[in-house]
Amino acid sequence: MSRRAPLSENKKAERKLGWLLCAPAALVMVLVTAYPIIYSVWLSLQRFDLRFPDERKFIGLDNYVTVLSNEFWWTAFGVTMLITVVTVAVELALGMGLALVMHRTLVGRGIVRTAALIPYGIVTVVAAFSWRYAWTPGTGYLANLFDGSAPLTERASSLAIIMLAEIWKTTPFMALLLMAGLALVPEDLLKAASTDGATAWQRFTKVMLPVMKPAILVALLFRTLDAFRVFDNIFVLTNGGNETSSVSMLAYNNLIRGLNLGIGSTMSVLIFITVAIIAFVFVKLFGTAAPGSDDGERR
Amino acid sequence: MADIVLDKVSKSFPDGTVAVQDVDLEIADGEFVILVGPSGCGKSTTLNMIAGLEDISSGELRIGGQRVNDKAPRDRDIAMVFQSYALYPNMTVRENMAFPLRLAKLDKATIDQKVDEAAKVLELTPLLDRKPANLSGGQRQRVAMGRAIVRQPKAFLMDEPLSNLDAKLRVQMRTVVSRLQKKLGTTTVYVTHDQTEAMTLGDRVVIMRGGAIQQVGPPQELYDHPRNLFVAGFIGSPSMNFLHAAVEDGKLRTALGDVPIGDRIRRELEGADAPRELILGIRPEHFEDAELIDDEARARGMEFTAPADIVESMGSDKYVYFTVEGQRASAAELEELAADAGADFSGGGGNLVTRLSAESPVQEGEDRRVWFNLEKIHLFDPSSGRNLTLHEGRSAGTLGD
Amino acid sequence: MADTTTRAKLRWGLIDVIVVVFALVPVLWIASLSFKTPATLTDGKFWPREWTLDNYKSIFDTDQFVRALVNSIGIALIATLIAVVLGAMAAYAISRLDFPGKRLLVGVSLLIAMFPQVSLVSPLFEIERQLGLFDTWPGLILPYITFALPLAIYTLSAFFKQIPWDLEKAAKMDGATQAQAFRRVIAPLAAPGLFTTAILVFIFCWNDFLFAITLTSTERARTVPVALSFFTGESQFEDPTGAICAAAVVITIPIILFVLFFQRRIVSGLTSGAVKG
Repeated sequence: MSRRAPLSENKKAERKLGWLLCAPAALVMVLVTAYPIIYSVWLSLQRFDLRFPDERKFIGLDNYVTVLSNEFWWTAFGVTMLITVVTVAVELALGMGLALVMHRTLVGRGIVRTAALIPYGIVTVVAAFSWRYAWTPGTGYLANLFDGSAPLTERASSLAIIMLAEIWKTTPFMALLLMAGLALVPEDLLKAASTDGATAWQRFTKVMLPVMKPAILVALLFRTLDAFRVFDNIFVLTNGGNETSSVSMLAYNNLIRGLNLGIGSTMSVLIFITVAIIAFVFVKLFGTAAPGSDDGERR
Repeated sequence: MADIVLDKVSKSFPDGTVAVQDVDLEIADGEFVILVGPSGCGKSTTLNMIAGLEDISSGELRIGGQRVNDKAPRDRDIAMVFQSYALYPNMTVRENMAFPLRLAKLDKATIDQKVDEAAKVLELTPLLDRKPANLSGGQRQRVAMGRAIVRQPKAFLMDEPLSNLDAKLRVQMRTVVSRLQKKLGTTTVYVTHDQTEAMTLGDRVVIMRGGAIQQVGPPQELYDHPRNLFVAGFIGSPSMNFLHAAVEDGKLRTALGDVPIGDRIRRELEGADAPRELILGIRPEHFEDAELIDDEARARGMEFTAPADIVESMGSDKYVYFTVEGQRASAAELEELAADAGADFSGGGGNLVTRLSAESPVQEGEDRRVWFNLEKIHLFDPSSGRNLTLHEGRSAGTLGD
Repeated sequence: MADTTTRAKLRWGLIDVIVVVFALVPVLWIASLSFKTPATLTDGKFWPREWTLDNYKSIFDTDQFVRALVNSIGIALIATLIAVVLGAMAAYAISRLDFPGKRLLVGVSLLIAMFPQVSLVSPLFEIERQLGLFDTWPGLILPYITFALPLAIYTLSAFFKQIPWDLEKAAKMDGATQAQAFRRVIAPLAAPGLFTTAILVFIFCWNDFLFAITLTSTERARTVPVALSFFTGESQFEDPTGAICAAAVVITIPIILFVLFFQRRIVSGLTSGAVKG
């Protein structure tokens, strides 16, 4: 065993190379997220308004009390939850349909896929402007459907339009994730189910859905967290008017328009905690279906 | 061209597992040697160590008399054919074959000439401008071979080069490989898990198990004189029949009746802790329909009667499966062989595979009188697996002395 | 038999048309608006009755838009380049090497992918102000790299796992050095994956609004999506709709080109990362 040493030497070199290659990415990711989030916890414990920098002071959990007892926060929270639940549910249904179309269509598969990628790729703000002008009385082709009333000035219709814009923009992404799951369903399995006498619906629910479950969960998790961050569409469509602010809008308004770093940071921390809870619940409820959980294998 | 010597070569991993242990092997210049064994036996690791793709933990590897332990693959001047063929998908067939020559910085004219030559030998000329993706499996395999032979290396290493081909093509390519090797006369080490390939291709076969060499020799010698239970069971298709045998009153009590023992075996068995239980091994072709045996042969063997379950007529002869009563032979090596063959169910009972003459009128379901040759049987020690009938390198059945 | 396939084809064709229309209408609408004259802008018709290029001329005449466009392109390209290089290094290590901490890295990038970006807005605003990064290119490039990295790492690991690494061994047996094996065999195979990842990352950076609007305050680093929402038209009383639409179309063009030319790559990049990641 005299030549045992070079072998572990080799192994050591492999480790070192692995760390060396990962270090820059890991460093950037952690520095730009971990440090600021900790810093924002620190900021959230202070009275810190940039308009009155002299009044900066440590005030413990007072900011949290202020935010959590504020009805604007809870309205925004409700709006965000509503948008999240509705859009993700609709997107799941539509996305599944679109995934089936993209996966199985007999004609023009390339065209459908190309078309579906446009909402995914387009800048959200651009799409939001398109929807805004579409519903603007006088200008828009859709506003005329409603006798020239202004749907973006009323809360219910505004929220509906925001959700429509969200759904239009992100359904293709959902569909692509689901299509990846569809591709995992072996064709033979479907044939076997057919010969066993399963109807098309039964094949879908009993054969395809179980195989696709991990892909569905991943898609749901990602889209839920993403939907919870809704910001761009609301900013352009209503600017948060008529109580259509999401929590992100509210945090932004407190920070940039209100220049209140303390309250803004408090909201940041609260949003972070909420997202963490959602992610945790997902993983707990559905098991560890998160991507990367099986990433241990080599080559 | 060169000889390859492995001198107590071992491979162990940091976690303590030993993949290859003290392998001693001398491969002569121009020899065609096969490394064979079940998966995980260390044959591929051994090949990779010769190639330089894996470090040697201890021992010495010499190619052409030179120690090459610490040399990079590129400095060993050997070519390798991979199981996956490992053709460069972004290069044409010509570029694939020219790649090693271009790396060796040969001039363009020489490269073209060598590639054309090799392509001609392997009938690849019309395919030279295609990409690997547009080739059939057999064509890819030939390109992989072409890339190996084009630079006339000291040795070829082949890692299961035919295992991705379908059965018919594999048989065909076997002869191509064999002919090519004879023509070029280049030292070749060939890894396979297929014992038929091992038997048909090599000058010598190395049987490995659990990282250690079990036996080295020409195919026929391994077949006729297996050193142990593992080699006996691994070589041959259908494989050797193994039956439980108890030593009683100077005879072997087996499911086929009482088998007499020769003097030498008896002497050995009378030794201090000789086992009372043995394993009797008989190859399928050493059985014959008792009707078809002449008297002279009858005297050299013995007979038994058993029901014929299944008769498979191969044309040239018949494979007949008999059920025999009695205990099954058991040994670690036999279980390992069964696991490797994927036979995790045996169907229960003792099954006997025999190869009888095509003229035998045996019918499925009937009781049949069967003869077997006592001169060709083997006796194994179930604990060590050693072949007790092997005497000075030769076995002579149980009767020999 | 032929009849049923024709009918099936027709049915699929119809569904295809619906999908395509649904996907394209909002894009066509904003393009149509950008070609309308101020007089017809409010006629509520889907297609323009009078076509004009004035809206495009006006935005390219203003420094506001041109600066924003330069910022968008520069920031997105630099962030993409860095994210792909760092991502490729990490993805290579993840897909090829065995080292402790590998799973941790995968876990961390998964966390970042789910991270609520708005939570960083307040602290980054303050940190960047103190470091002098506020309202600069690096001030945006840094968070873009961070949030593009998980995407890059997942996509590239999936691509790298598909590369037949046996080829590296084969190249070594053929007499190549480690560097030659990489340059002549592995790099050409990895290039398509890198390119696809670069497109995805570029789209991500190009798309961002939240960081751009919170971490910039002037034309120095303001990107087009943000500039759009600040458009006021040439005079205060002029309706900026036409200009906004023209600008929106301009920044949509690269996306359309990517999608048209690299549809297959983008789909495979997004789906492979999702399944295997």
